[in-house]
Amino acid sequence: MRRILYLAWVEVLHLVRDRASLAQVLLVPFIQLVILANAATFAIHDTPTAVVDLDATAASRALVRRFTASPHFRVLASPRSMREADGALLSGEATMVLAIPRGFERDLERGEGAHVQVQLNAEKGSAAGIVQSYTQRIIRRFSEERGAVAASETVQPAAIDIRTRGWFNAELDYRHYMVPGILVALVTLVGTLFTAQNIAREKELGTLEQLNVTPISRAEFIGAKLLPFWVLGMAELALGLGLGAAVFGMPIRGSLVLLLAIAALYLVAALGIGLLISTAVDTQQQAMFVTFFIMMIYLLMSGLYTPVDSMPQWVRVVAELNPVKHFVEVTRAILIKGAGAAEVVRPVAILGAFAAGFFGLAVWRYRKTA
Amino acid sequence: MKARGALAGLLRKEARHILRDRRTLAVILLMPVIQVVLFGHAIRTDVEDIRLAIVDPAPDAATLELRSRLAATGLFRIVAIERSTARLNSLFASGAAHQAVVFEPGFGGHLGGAGPARLQVITDAAEPNTGTAMQNYAIAVVRGYEREARAEGDGSAITADVRMRFNPSRESSNLFVPGLIAFVITIVSALMTAITLAREKETGTMEVLLVSPLHPQQIIAGKVAPYLVVGLATVVLVIVEARLIFDVPLRGSALLLLLEGLLFTITSLALGILISARTPSQRVAMTAVLAGTMLPTVMLSGFIFPLESLPAPLRILSAVIPARWFVEIARGIMLKGVGLAHLWQETLVLVGMTAFLLAASMRSFRVRLD
Amino acid sequence: MRTLAISTSNLTRRFGDFTAVDAISFDVHAGEVFGFLGANGAGKTTVIRILTGLLAPTSGEAAVAGYDVYRESEAIKRSIGYMSQRFSLYPDLTVRENIRLYGTIYGLPAGEIRSRTDALLGRLQLGDAAAQRVGALPLGWKQKLAFSVALLHEPRIVFLDEPTGGVDPVTRRQFWELIYEAAARGTTVFVTTHYMDEAEYCDRLAIMVAGRLDALGTPRELKERFEAGSIDEVFLQLARGVAAGPSA
Repeated sequence: MRRILYLAWVEVLHLVRDRASLAQVLLVPFIQLVILANAATFAIHDTPTAVVDLDATAASRALVRRFTASPHFRVLASPRSMREADGALLSGEATMVLAIPRGFERDLERGEGAHVQVQLNAEKGSAAGIVQSYTQRIIRRFSEERGAVAASETVQPAAIDIRTRGWFNAELDYRHYMVPGILVALVTLVGTLFTAQNIAREKELGTLEQLNVTPISRAEFIGAKLLPFWVLGMAELALGLGLGAAVFGMPIRGSLVLLLAIAALYLVAALGIGLLISTAVDTQQQAMFVTFFIMMIYLLMSGLYTPVDSMPQWVRVVAELNPVKHFVEVTRAILIKGAGAAEVVRPVAILGAFAAGFFGLAVWRYRKTA
Repeated sequence: MKARGALAGLLRKEARHILRDRRTLAVILLMPVIQVVLFGHAIRTDVEDIRLAIVDPAPDAATLELRSRLAATGLFRIVAIERSTARLNSLFASGAAHQAVVFEPGFGGHLGGAGPARLQVITDAAEPNTGTAMQNYAIAVVRGYEREARAEGDGSAITADVRMRFNPSRESSNLFVPGLIAFVITIVSALMTAITLAREKETGTMEVLLVSPLHPQQIIAGKVAPYLVVGLATVVLVIVEARLIFDVPLRGSALLLLLEGLLFTITSLALGILISARTPSQRVAMTAVLAGTMLPTVMLSGFIFPLESLPAPLRILSAVIPARWFVEIARGIMLKGVGLAHLWQETLVLVGMTAFLLAASMRSFRVRLD
Repeated sequence: MRTLAISTSNLTRRFGDFTAVDAISFDVHAGEVFGFLGANGAGKTTVIRILTGLLAPTSGEAAVAGYDVYRESEAIKRSIGYMSQRFSLYPDLTVRENIRLYGTIYGLPAGEIRSRTDALLGRLQLGDAAAQRVGALPLGWKQKLAFSVALLHEPRIVFLDEPTGGVDPVTRRQFWELIYEAAARGTTVFVTTHYMDEAEYCDRLAIMVAGRLDALGTPRELKERFEAGSIDEVFLQLARGVAAGPSA
């Protein structure tokens, strides 16, 4: 036990005395967090929209006003024709074209339902879908309100009264959703890269051989490599969460203690991966490449950037093998949805299995040989 | 003459290094292949398979009809049928349900008779855009049912006909491929270059090279040239794969795309050289590349997160990132089918950045080891 | 009958087609200073790796401190000290920290470590440098320090792999004084080297050529047998014998 502690302490000394690395491991996660949290959003504002209003009636103008008033859209000076609007779309001046045909108001009043045409620049795909969502919402609300007005005039009740409630994100601030995930990604990436190249570095220096001749046990060796980065990772996570709450107003609806306890488990799994890779490569370069490769796949499939639920079935199955995915899920569940221990039993159990598995594999793979 | 022979020798040595390091080579070649497949499937923001919980305290013909409608759309998957809202919190918190439709008792009666029939649509809006989309879908189904139940045209209904331009199918794969190319080039070029040069510094073999009759520029050129080849090879690999597996279009000139890819590869190489010249060890170099190129490439280039959603300061920052320009160029060529006439500005920006980075890296690569 | 610190019998190690160690047999008695000579690439480092439990032999037998190299390598590691060719002390740790590290690894209690550290520093006259980083020490000091660290836990046998590489003759002499001191205390010293003049300092020698053990005995015996004035000459004869082909 004493051995592990002192060995871990030596690792800390190595890190602390390597000024450049120290700065990176301490600063990079936090600076990145601040920058990226602001970048990682799918909310879109000020979409340049060209509106061609061929009807020019009270109704059509009312609809257009809805778009003008919405922060999601920026209505450009109206083009005079569809051709002009089309040109704006091609040149990139406008991302969306809203065309209201002649007879719009008349169709509405006749009770036949009306149509409008929307064209979206779908090059940047995800943006198009999102803008479409906003558009639909505005049109629907406009439509319902007109229906309510019409109904009260003709004494016809609305048939179904729909109340909508969005849970967990009243402010619809994307950062609340993204910050936990980004924090996890950063801490994981930095931690795993460092542990992975650690053993490879000793191999390259020759100090590993010296250690292999000593009576130190494999578990002690791997444990000592894990411990300092584990402590560091926990500290960064805790600090990052505090930062997220203070700077971004990230909610903490569940138990922070529970989250940190699960984080402890998760870090063993994540760092264990780094160590496992480390036992399988010969040089630092290989260690870093392989780790980066694997981590990237893990991160992109973790639901951090895009929802796991949007992935096809077979990808989702593969994602089950991804500890990052489970931890991101747990983090969001606890922080944003206020989940308790009962609700996260499954992912936690999986994380536990991964932690034991990767650590065990790393110890097993490490041979005290030349 | 002697110097040129030495340069050729250096090139040969580098090529041999790369070919012999099987693990790194495997990563470089496999990475694009696996990434294209994964990203194509994983990076989606489409909403499907919405897990729906039904709260129906007093089921009747109307509620049952609506329930089966929801299920029939194929968008929803009913995961729980409850009598009360007691379990909703837990279902949402654990992620078992994304949405809930809560009927009031006597729904059918109200629908047929006087007074509106009430229901609630509760959506997990932690991820705001998905939340909006899910909400829209649910409401659309309900309104559709409502229209039919009233057996008359809903005069107030407004339908939007939406047309997606330039990417009609809005295949996710079409969207990320340009970004993926940028990403892969960045890894191969910047990361590899930085690490390789840093390693030579660490192991001391750089000294030997510097003492040789080769100019520093030639040394760099010799070390870096193979990665130019590798980088291009991976670009071709990604494009071919994307077209074969996902049918990603290539509406513009393939030659132009390759040339631009070559340009961007040089940009990334220059960046790698610059970083390695400024960092003391492999580990630091690697983290610097990751922080300096990788994450910005993923987060700020429009690869995954739309540029439109970046807040103003980050939009400015993204203008400084070469990847952002390349992604725009690649998208223009592949999806819009435009040529240099439309893209000359972006290309010029990229050329400018490349020239600047090359000059800076050449100057940093001092003749002595600092 | 003196106990055998090390014994090998037909020890062989192959790497694919290449035979690095070819059926060598020798014994080392407790308290001996045993030299293992040979050119670079002759197989000396491989032999050390086998004897220290880092590498398993392909065939043959070997026992170190009474433990079998195949089955009891961890027990061997507990009983020996080792100084590798690159003398692997951590350059960014101080002298004291390095000593304390290895002391802890070998299970010495903290108090013991402190007292032995002081004694060690005193003996090497490194007292002033105790808080300096090892990387900043000159080569000779590093080597002497590495040797002392290898002996810190007072092992019965210590293996030294080319310990005096690249060092000036004065320091080399000092180093060998340290070796003699250790031997006088009863430690068996197994040292490989390619400096033939150091061979004269050993109690007994083994000379390896291309993986085989071509000569075994005390320096005097070998010089007599080969009618040579120095071990250097003995070695040259053996090496030439290889080049010329098997002798009659």
